[in-house]
Amino acid sequence: MMTETPVEARKTWLLTFFVIVSSVVGNVLLSHGMRQVGKIVSASPLDYVRAFANPWAALGVLILTLWMICDLALLSRADLSFVLPVTASSYALIAIAGHFLLRERISPIHWVGIVLITVGVVLAGETPARTTNCSRELPL
Amino acid sequence: MKWILVAVIAICNTLGDVLNTAGMKRQGELESLDPRSLGRMLAGIVHNGFVLGGLGALTVSFFALVSLLSISNVSFAVPATAISYVLETLLAKYILKEQVRWRRWAAVALVAAGVVMLSL
Repeated sequence: MMTETPVEARKTWLLTFFVIVSSVVGNVLLSHGMRQVGKIVSASPLDYVRAFANPWAALGVLILTLWMICDLALLSRADLSFVLPVTASSYALIAIAGHFLLRERISPIHWVGIVLITVGVVLAGETPARTTNCSRELPL
Repeated sequence: MKWILVAVIAICNTLGDVLNTAGMKRQGELESLDPRSLGRMLAGIVHNGFVLGGLGALTVSFFALVSLLSISNVSFAVPATAISYVLETLLAKYILKEQVRWRRWAAVALVAAGVVMLSL
């Protein structure tokens, strides 16, 4: 077990925050853009590439690329079993953002889902971010 | 066909995240959040077989998801997500040797249930 200084712990939380925010913003933008593009049912990758001519979709993909980089950076500092549940708050936030920005409906069962995810995020957030050490004798 | 895609998504997602975690842990911690450190991290990834494999698996998973979404509705893609959460936590415990105690198990179960409910 690695003991983290408050400064190091804050960096990990800041990265976690970036991962969550970029996931929410990227997904909402991409979703908004794809709705303007219309339905694509195609096996050809070209049809998907064409969708990125839409500025919202393009911006969404750009931000999701940043999300992937932040996610890798976070995984260099924190456990996968910490990152998974904690960053799942993006699901709850995407539903809420979709409600306010894209006027999607949130049904009672959706609210229950949002509450369950929130409780899960809080529980995992109470565990130390990293429980493996930095040595070379890593598994795999 | 649908269930094959669900299986491909779940397996590739799990494989991708586990390989990325193993690869990034080997590469070492990102020490600070400035652009230079991030650039160095990206340069390291190019030579990091684990992470390249992980990103490859996530790419396959992404295109499987796009195909699944084109032949069924979103709620069909959700079991894949829920299964990935449980599988990844198992592998994190037994292969990556992370300490997964009741809080994390409860967290993963609640999140998986919540994700399923959001799709209903």
